[in-house]
Amino acid sequence: MERIQVLVCAGTGCTIGNSGELIEAFQAEIKSLGLEKEISVLRTGCLGLCGVGPNVSIYPDNIIYKSVKVEDVKEIVMEHFYKGRPVHRLMLNESDESTNEIHDINNTNFYKKQKRIALHNCGVIDPENIQEYIAKDGYFALAKALTEMTPQEVVDVIKESGLRGRGGGGFPTGLKWQFALNEPGDEKYVICNADEGDPGAFMDRSILEGNPHSVIEAMAIAGYAIGAKYGYIYIRAEYPIAVERLKNAISQAKELGLLGQNIFGTEFSFDLEIRLGAGAFVCGEETALIQSIEGERGMPKPKPPFPAHKGVWGKPTIINNVETYANIAQIIMHGSDWFRSIGTESSPGTKVFALGGKIVNTGLVEVPMGTTLREVIYEIGGGCPNRKRFKAVQTGGPSGGCLTEKQLDTPIGFDELVKLGSMMGSGGMIVLDEDNCMVDVARFYMDFIVDESCGKCSPCRIGTKRMLELLIDICEGRGTMETLDELELLAKTIQDTALCGLGQSAPNPVLSTISQFRDEYIAHIVDKKCPAGVCKALLSYEIDEEKCRKCGLCARQCPANAIDGTLGKVPYHIDQEKCIKCGNCLKACHFNVITRK
Amino acid sequence: MKSLEDLKKIREEAQNRMTMRLDDEQKYRVVVGMATCGIAAGARPVLNTIVEEVAKEKLPVTVLQTGCIGLYTLEPIVEVFDKEGNKTTYVLVDVEKAKEIVRRHLIQGEVIEDYTVGKYKK
Repeated sequence: MERIQVLVCAGTGCTIGNSGELIEAFQAEIKSLGLEKEISVLRTGCLGLCGVGPNVSIYPDNIIYKSVKVEDVKEIVMEHFYKGRPVHRLMLNESDESTNEIHDINNTNFYKKQKRIALHNCGVIDPENIQEYIAKDGYFALAKALTEMTPQEVVDVIKESGLRGRGGGGFPTGLKWQFALNEPGDEKYVICNADEGDPGAFMDRSILEGNPHSVIEAMAIAGYAIGAKYGYIYIRAEYPIAVERLKNAISQAKELGLLGQNIFGTEFSFDLEIRLGAGAFVCGEETALIQSIEGERGMPKPKPPFPAHKGVWGKPTIINNVETYANIAQIIMHGSDWFRSIGTESSPGTKVFALGGKIVNTGLVEVPMGTTLREVIYEIGGGCPNRKRFKAVQTGGPSGGCLTEKQLDTPIGFDELVKLGSMMGSGGMIVLDEDNCMVDVARFYMDFIVDESCGKCSPCRIGTKRMLELLIDICEGRGTMETLDELELLAKTIQDTALCGLGQSAPNPVLSTISQFRDEYIAHIVDKKCPAGVCKALLSYEIDEEKCRKCGLCARQCPANAIDGTLGKVPYHIDQEKCIKCGNCLKACHFNVITRK
Repeated sequence: MKSLEDLKKIREEAQNRMTMRLDDEQKYRVVVGMATCGIAAGARPVLNTIVEEVAKEKLPVTVLQTGCIGLYTLEPIVEVFDKEGNKTTYVLVDVEKAKEIVRRHLIQGEVIEDYTVGKYKK
């Protein structure tokens, strides 16, 4: 009889951290002690703390071990599983050293304020085993919808729940479904948008890796609600683990008859297909995504017609994001009132955020809407590492903007973030500290947009390229105050004239950094200085020759041979013409006589 | 999948294999001392017996192990915590006593005074 279950995270982050070998090591070690009948080792989805992976979760103790290496396996098995002494040094749980008391994992700062709805099975079940999903009431929402509810009733529950699209725009999901339901005809489609492209966002990937059936079940429910028999999951090929788990999940669901003909003995039939995207950011835009599914080049089309009216193959189609679908089964099971009781009036429910950048707890968090940014960044995320000062948080990726210290007490919600000049986006949250240059950040996002612009409309194709050139001018010290005006004018013109959401929102990072950090732009333009010390063209390194100890360490580290001097005799000196501003000399100097200006 | 009943059957079977990961509220927490002293005194079969009996009866009970509890001579030691945190410490437990603890304490809610360490601790 099993008494312990060991769940090893097999998400992308922890797999890179070698969790595959960990599983084998656990199995081998457990076998060598003859405990294989008492302890089972399973793979599971994301536990959230990707920064300290691989993570291993132990039941029934409910202990999570972090940063587990193959070398640690022996100790965990011997001490914890054999002798009952959990290994404190690897534990994520906080524990009392004097009494050895281990605190509940849900009381740790990281988990305390979280509420997992979209991520609810991630890290608890084996995503490759449909039975485990069913054990956690999986597919019961589909059964309920098919056997107890009419399509209109399903749409009504979703409408009443107030669920808004988690992919970025926040359009009411129920309304979208209603439009598609109202369309005549019996050929309709359901699409799942898993083309997650924002730099730093990985919540959709984690849901698909950790709980793929929740998306499949929700798509079947959506199919029933609008009268569609077929669905597509459009996912990027760069997500090999997620694709593999989805394929496996679809075939298991078909085997059990949860997809296919006459599901639960009703008239309803539904089938699904995976379409792989080649990783173009623009294909996350719904009309471009539809083009790509149809085998055309992924380029947006003007709206209207909206997909609910004329979507894939010219038929009524609904497109929802992965995280949106991950909420559906729960809403059907627990009702719209339950969902509305979480979050805020205008944004009910929770939102998953991918915390990244200069933050202690890099990873995935899910919090009720209305939680403040400060709570997410400081309490859950643990603030900036190395005692650096927080500068800004970038939300919404290349379509969003930056929020500063002053705005951290804003409750998170779709409308609240837009009001501040940023947006929810898909949920990337990148924390920037005093070492990040805001002009450089704007340049980074514009560079990304220039790469990803599909080129169909000229405001986006040419306009963003010109914006990037102006930003590079500022970063390299050629900017003038006119450059700044030009940048703003160009930004506003692109917002007004670009064809699709990608182009219309592309200037947001620039406009938001200009409005929040104008001083920093001016420092680059007028003083020709980069206050954060990032823009290399505006930096110079100098050695204080009076204080120089003539040790020559700096000269030895210089890759450009730009430092002259004689060991023990002549103080060293940097030739500014040759210097490539790598900063090696600054790091090499033991006596702090080199300064960066 | 022909009916809801089929799905329920699969759920029940699957739940039996993952009881420790379900969110159901647990009525008792049973802790068995499994340090060298406990194992030497025969704690391993005691632990396995409790795990098996709890699974067989589908009880809302979490069975855990711990290190040395400190009373070497009285091992194997089994501690039962209820939801309020009240602790009952059973000492010198063997397989038969373990079965009795499951039956009388975990199912019927009766503290078996004879097997306790001598005092009921709050």
